[in-house]
Amino acid sequence: MTKEFALTVDRIKCDGRGLCAELLPEMIRLDEWGYPIIAAGPIPQHLIPLAQRAVEDCPVLALAFRRTERSKGG
Amino acid sequence: MNSLLAGPPLTGPESLASHAGRLGPMPAVGARFIDTLVQSRIAGRGGAGFPAGTKWQAVATHSRGDAVVLVNGAEGEPQSKKDRLLMSTRPHLVLDGAFIAARVLRARRVILYIGERHRAARAAMLQALAERNETERRLVSEHAAPARYVAGAESAAIHFITEGVATPTTMPPYPFERGVDGKPTLVQNVETLAQVALIARYGEPSGTSLVTIAGGVPRPGVLEVESTTTIADAVSLAGGASDQARAVLVGGYFGRWMEARDAWPLRLDQGSLRSHGLALGCGVIGVLPAGRCPVCETAGIMRYLAGESSAQCGPCFFGLRALADACTRIAEHGTNRDDLQRLDRWTEDVRGRGACRHPDGAVIFLQSALQTFGREFAGHRPHSAAEAA
Repeated sequence: MTKEFALTVDRIKCDGRGLCAELLPEMIRLDEWGYPIIAAGPIPQHLIPLAQRAVEDCPVLALAFRRTERSKGG
Repeated sequence: MNSLLAGPPLTGPESLASHAGRLGPMPAVGARFIDTLVQSRIAGRGGAGFPAGTKWQAVATHSRGDAVVLVNGAEGEPQSKKDRLLMSTRPHLVLDGAFIAARVLRARRVILYIGERHRAARAAMLQALAERNETERRLVSEHAAPARYVAGAESAAIHFITEGVATPTTMPPYPFERGVDGKPTLVQNVETLAQVALIARYGEPSGTSLVTIAGGVPRPGVLEVESTTTIADAVSLAGGASDQARAVLVGGYFGRWMEARDAWPLRLDQGSLRSHGLALGCGVIGVLPAGRCPVCETAGIMRYLAGESSAQCGPCFFGLRALADACTRIAEHGTNRDDLQRLDRWTEDVRGRGACRHPDGAVIFLQSALQTFGREFAGHRPHSAAEAA
């Protein structure tokens, strides 16, 4: 088992400031009303520092890491 | 064969004397009852169809003798009448289920959460409660559920009782972890609790479900059906389709449209419907007569569902409104390619992006409409005054 991280949004807290999509366009796009749509699956290793930044800079603290577990060869 | 609505005529609440005379006293079951419940494989009848046994296991694991049992009789689905009928006529069956849950889960409180407009149901439940012994009565408090679609959602019910606001909250924490006043909470639909009362007595559920037949039938209303009953059987019990039926909505506003001919042979049984990618949900079977326009019907329901968003999550509040507006433009001004493309794109975008399942239910409903009525959506023209005349 390897530990991996995904991004999760608290939909009630999120009010569509859109900062996350600017900081991490590789994984986050905005819908037509300005709310984030997050790519499914774990965050690729090389994007983790940027994801960290997006989580920390969310003005309403709606974006968070979620730990997921993946079994190898599964 | 046991059934939920067996006993005296369904004209008012059955008395405790009649109930106990008919079914015997409430059995004194213990923690092992949860295994029986798991084996019974009964699914919740509030709409989500979650296995009851799994829910009870989770609450039992977290309870330190401080759990809460929330009896969900909000019944916010506009066309559903079955929970009201059950509470109005067989309140002791529901109360038995609630008190069995309280004993098994070591709960300190039982909360009756009944739709504020369901006056006969509330009166019957309170009258029945007054007939119970003092130990039981002391456990119970009653709250009127606001008449909103989402007020019956588990987290909304908990939010309302704890803080007076009937809007869903972000999960986790789940109700079994932190529910009413932060205590582990079982939120269970009234029909499911009535089944618990039967399982505790006979070791198995009745094998029947309560459904509401609505729309184009001569005698719309609630039926108790066997798991072998087909949709055609149920519709014929309601007097048959009053006009040639175009389509059937299976499972209420969070359900799916089907071509009528495909719907008739389906059995009204959770497992059987699942195997067809459907769900019994709250048990509403809506019959759309051939004379009604499915596009206008769908647009009306989408406007309702958009209006019932609790306006907390952007994708639900803005997305459902935009979808309802696009449906309405097609219905009122005729079809156009831009709106058809928007409907396809937005249903994908909105799905899974709310704190609760309200947006998901609405887009599943809409996608089934776009599939079943693809031809009508693609060729819709406004109904002119001349046409109506």
